[in-house]
Amino acid sequence: MVRDITLGQYMPGRSLVHRMDARAKILLLLAIIVFIFVAVNYMSLMLITLASMLVVLITRISFRLYLKSMKVILLVIVFTGILNIFYGSGQVYWEWGVIRITEGGINNAIFVTIRIATLVLISSVLTFTTSPTDLTDGIERLLSPLKIFHVKVHELAMMMTIALRFIPVLLEETDKIMNAQKARGADMESGGIIKRVKALVPVLIPLFVSSFRRANDLAMAMECRCYNGGKGRTRMKVLHFSKADVIALVFFLVVFAGVILCNIYFPATVR
Amino acid sequence: MKEFIKVKDLYFKYEEEDGQESDFALRGIDLTINKGEFVAVVGHNGSGKSTLAKHFNAIYLPTTGDVTVDGMNTKDDDRVFDIRKKVGLVLQNPDNQIVAGVVEEDVAFGCENLGVPPAEIRHRVDEALKAVDMYEYRQHSPDKLSGGQKQRVAIAGIIAMEPECIVLDEPTAMLDPRGRDEVMETITKLNRENGITIILITHYMEEAVLADRVVMVDQGRIFLDGTPREVFSRVELLKQHRLDVPQATELNYKLRGCGFDVPDSVLSEEECIEAIMKLIKG
Repeated sequence: MVRDITLGQYMPGRSLVHRMDARAKILLLLAIIVFIFVAVNYMSLMLITLASMLVVLITRISFRLYLKSMKVILLVIVFTGILNIFYGSGQVYWEWGVIRITEGGINNAIFVTIRIATLVLISSVLTFTTSPTDLTDGIERLLSPLKIFHVKVHELAMMMTIALRFIPVLLEETDKIMNAQKARGADMESGGIIKRVKALVPVLIPLFVSSFRRANDLAMAMECRCYNGGKGRTRMKVLHFSKADVIALVFFLVVFAGVILCNIYFPATVR
Repeated sequence: MKEFIKVKDLYFKYEEEDGQESDFALRGIDLTINKGEFVAVVGHNGSGKSTLAKHFNAIYLPTTGDVTVDGMNTKDDDRVFDIRKKVGLVLQNPDNQIVAGVVEEDVAFGCENLGVPPAEIRHRVDEALKAVDMYEYRQHSPDKLSGGQKQRVAIAGIIAMEPECIVLDEPTAMLDPRGRDEVMETITKLNRENGITIILITHYMEEAVLADRVVMVDQGRIFLDGTPREVFSRVELLKQHRLDVPQATELNYKLRGCGFDVPDSVLSEEECIEAIMKLIKG
């Protein structure tokens, strides 16, 4: 059950997106996220969404995997979508007491749904096509200017690498412990929310204990391999910008310009 | 043969917890390991064999006594990294010693720490992965591999640092029989073909038989040290220390006890079969 989570999993490949520099991907992702929220009418939103879909196609990763990662936050999307229906102004379609469904509200709901879905989609592209090490390496490089403020950039990046590495390990462990507790008669699938949360305690405690044990082992293994912080460390894969990055950059600059133009020439549907 | 690791009168006590005085885990270990040897350190749980393993690369430091690696004392703070470069340690649980989310990047981790130039790392990683026969999995994520494969990746991570000696602390304890065979095959190959000194900590007698030399540990002391044939002919002594012998050896021992004319000691099933066949044909 818990193993279905695909968020943050690397799928090796040789596509144009795979070959991009991690730093370029991170920066572009941030820009795309900003522009998803800059778009204020259907034309501009469609433009950025279609551009994201195109990137998804280029990655040559099965669309089912993207849907899987979307499934995890489906609840969030549906919930915010429904909430947004009741906010907004304009022509009233339906009214019951204080609850009103308006044209603005429906627009808001559609917008929020598409925005979050696109956001998840394009973020998945980053984690699917970038190996965790490249990803953290990219973040480390991008944040390295912060070193002058004595921010421990390398340590942060290392923590991220380890966290990403151990997500599947700990998920598997959670599954095992849950099964072990079920075998001892624990009931985790019935009762109200409070009862279910309480039922998780006997799962979380062993999980915590074993995590600390793992951390201890890992620290020893890292010491055995001469880990001594970021000082004097080299990397096997040196990040460098390539043609793929230029193509992506040019493409998205055009898309961003399109979004701004659409925003100007068409009336805004949401604020 | 050249001396490589020298352990002299080693006593070791774990740090106290809650003011409780703990017993010595190691009491007077004297051991010399030569270059190129394949040594198995055998003992049951709590015998101190794992504690001893962690002394070989300065993870633990002796309470009293000395451990020297290629002339460097493990107590010498400035040489710790030089020692760890020469002596690699592979732990029991393969999951807990893999740092990166992609096989080849994990293998590169040690080299990266040593500051090896990128092109050289690439070369070493490829060679190390080929040596453990995991090259085709270099782009995979470690959690999609079997236990034996993960353990081989962990071994590759150590090989890439080009150590002279690899210490393996019960590397097969968490593996299925197939994974165990894979790992043992890899270890034997590294010793025979690459001339790497191997110290294998284990409680499987069948694995110890593959070594050139077996060191038996109980209650923090060495009580037997010799070739597998010498060690496993002392069935009585091993039983006193609650240790098993390989099944073939056990059968042979029992046959001898019943007065049959079989050799002093046999190690492998083949030898055992041969002895019994001879007996039957009479």
